[in-house]
Amino acid sequence: MTDKKTITIALAGNPNSGKTTIFNNITGTRQKVGNWPGVTVEKKEGLIRKFGYDLKIVDLPGTYSLTPFSIEEIVARDFVLEESPDVIIDIIDASNLERSLYLATQLREIDSKVLFALNMADVARSNGTKIDAEMLSDLLAVPVVFTVGNKNEGIDNLLQEAIRLAETSPEEKEKRNVKYNKDIENAISKIQNLIEEKVKEKINYKSRWTAIKLLEDDKIVKERFAGKTGVAGEEILEETRTLRTYLLNHFDEDAEIVMTDDRFGFIAGIIKEVQTTTARERIDFSRNIDLVLTNRFIGFPIFIFFIWAMFQLTFTLGAYPMDWIESGVNLISLFAGNIVPESLLKDLLIDGIIGGVGSVIVFLPNILILFFCIALLEDTGYMARAAFLMDKIMHLIGLHGKSFIPMLMGFGCNVPAIMATRTLESEKDRILTILITPFMSCSAKLPVYIVLAGTFFTAKAGNVIFSLYLLGIVLSILSGRLFRSTLLKGVDAPFVMELPPYRVPMLKSLMIHMWDRSKMFLKKMGGVILVGSVIVWALSAFPKNIEYSVDYSFAMNRVNESFNMKIAAAGDEDKDALKKERIAAIIGLQKAMNAEKTEKSYMGRIGKGISPVFEPLGIDWRGSVSLLTGFFAKEIVVSTLGVLYSTEGPDDKDALKKALRSSGMTPLSALSMMVFVLLYLPCLAAILMIKKETASFKWTAFSIIYTTSVAWIVAFCVFQGGKLLGFS
Amino acid sequence: MLLSEMKQGDKGIVIRVAGNGALRRRILEMGIVKGTEVFVEKYAPLKDPIELILKGYHLSLRVEEAAQITVEKSRQGTG
Repeated sequence: MTDKKTITIALAGNPNSGKTTIFNNITGTRQKVGNWPGVTVEKKEGLIRKFGYDLKIVDLPGTYSLTPFSIEEIVARDFVLEESPDVIIDIIDASNLERSLYLATQLREIDSKVLFALNMADVARSNGTKIDAEMLSDLLAVPVVFTVGNKNEGIDNLLQEAIRLAETSPEEKEKRNVKYNKDIENAISKIQNLIEEKVKEKINYKSRWTAIKLLEDDKIVKERFAGKTGVAGEEILEETRTLRTYLLNHFDEDAEIVMTDDRFGFIAGIIKEVQTTTARERIDFSRNIDLVLTNRFIGFPIFIFFIWAMFQLTFTLGAYPMDWIESGVNLISLFAGNIVPESLLKDLLIDGIIGGVGSVIVFLPNILILFFCIALLEDTGYMARAAFLMDKIMHLIGLHGKSFIPMLMGFGCNVPAIMATRTLESEKDRILTILITPFMSCSAKLPVYIVLAGTFFTAKAGNVIFSLYLLGIVLSILSGRLFRSTLLKGVDAPFVMELPPYRVPMLKSLMIHMWDRSKMFLKKMGGVILVGSVIVWALSAFPKNIEYSVDYSFAMNRVNESFNMKIAAAGDEDKDALKKERIAAIIGLQKAMNAEKTEKSYMGRIGKGISPVFEPLGIDWRGSVSLLTGFFAKEIVVSTLGVLYSTEGPDDKDALKKALRSSGMTPLSALSMMVFVLLYLPCLAAILMIKKETASFKWTAFSIIYTTSVAWIVAFCVFQGGKLLGFS
Repeated sequence: MLLSEMKQGDKGIVIRVAGNGALRRRILEMGIVKGTEVFVEKYAPLKDPIELILKGYHLSLRVEEAAQITVEKSRQGTG
């Protein structure tokens, strides 16, 4: 074949059915992650060329049904309805056939070309479940292909079958759909007939499907139907209402409830024919693990241990590559210093760009490890257990156990964490979670703690940092309760969640997960942080012509001369000591000059301008400026401190620590500053994400004001309270 | 009896699912329909939520949600 044809294949399936693994296997690294239009659900696409076709693979969000309750379900259904993919592959977890068939029957009802991938049948078989695929294929008139996603088996077969199905004409096979009970079927045909008689040309969905959805009182379909059909449609809707009332009286249940029952009845019939289960009550591997991991007594200690281990791994293991990157950045800056001629551009390059970005890129290892750990928790299935364990506590704040997941991710980076709130079904839950997630101390704040706690609390630094994390958690709980009882009153979302079987995670999928999220950090690096560093540099480098209080070059000359005279007069044994003294005196003058230069720069002026606000917190003007620049990204706080304390060159690692110690900052004021950094407004990228996810300017502004006020009040209490208690 | 009154290890058959629209539909769509056999695997360490096994998979529900589900106990648990 010479002319290439593009076939669109959508992957549908329940969460945890192995859909993502199959998608990764098909597309490899050629995937594009974006958003579904208009909503904030992640859309994954991959374009591959195989068997002479261009295959566009679209990964639909994992859902249990196509009833449009959650955003995921709406997105998945709309794609199937509006984009009409050539083929839908429904990935079915073989050990979960009965539940999986619910989505499958709904897909069949839409009347698109469906193909089943019976995934992980090997696992099902070892659990005592055997599936007669041929029978299943016959009963539903759907081709069935066996796959083992994690071993990459059956994938080629699946694609070939999908292509074959795409190339066959749609009317070829008689559809075998769910048969509802007599009364429902009568109602469906009545509506269907009306649709075909009166408005057939106006709607682009199949008439039986539309009739079913209208009878189910599906809000979205009803709206679209009314929008397209006008007066004739109004008549049909009126008739539907009458039928629904009749059915309600007849069954004493809403039609959609009866229909759900019927679907499961239909499915139960199929299961009876195709599935044989030998072990009646399976004692499986997964259950045994859960006996330990969600145990009444040791479940929580283990959970806390996992979280602790995750942070240990992130920060101790991450320390090694951090050192390498640091040396690398130093080398680059030395190299650049040697080849670029002395100029303003050189300052910009070395102090602004390399210095700023370098001080942030060292945290890449931390972030990679953290996201790796989170991906590990997700892919093994432990994340759902974490939600199971935490739901009672989260429920006290008025949140769903699932909210725990974005909040936990908040420890990594607020940007993906806020994105992760999309898994929450209730709008209120999402907003509430978004509002309190910024109190989870993100990894970008860690460098600030490391520098400040490392300088002022040396041996106790670990404990101090741990307490900060704890403080953030406590405040998010308090805020959650506050919002739930005031701004966001309402019924909590139901906690109906599958606890998927534990699985051995696949390295490839962990890597893809980790990389997708770390990419966001790197993008931030290339954009916001780069711009931020340059602005910070510029503000501190200008104005160039400062009127110094002392004529430093004159002073230096005088020091030089007087020492020269002394050295000439002194004996040989004193000469070396005097030379050293001279160097020290000149360095002292240089530092004073640098400090004055920063003080009189634009940055210094701004800092001094706002410093009265921070004075009650024990934070001086340099701290104020750093906090201000932290708005771009929290990591910048450290690099700004570096610039403001004019540490001499990046080669002296402990220079900033020394400078901080001699600047008059005390352990108490350092603590106050760390508390402020922990709590104050989210970084620019996170704020943009909040705006995007809440789709509300008001909530975004509220988040900024709330967090900053809380930060100020708590830091005030820490500093003033600490002073009263006699700490310094 | 209500599903929320069942103890760990108990088994029952679903008789009726009550409750408001969205929650009820969600529970039904996860397979808790009339006639389904449910097994109470365990309660979470803090006594809420419940972990159930039905149709060969594990599902968790809050106690207050389980209180919407009427069951007929078919087997007494050991625990």
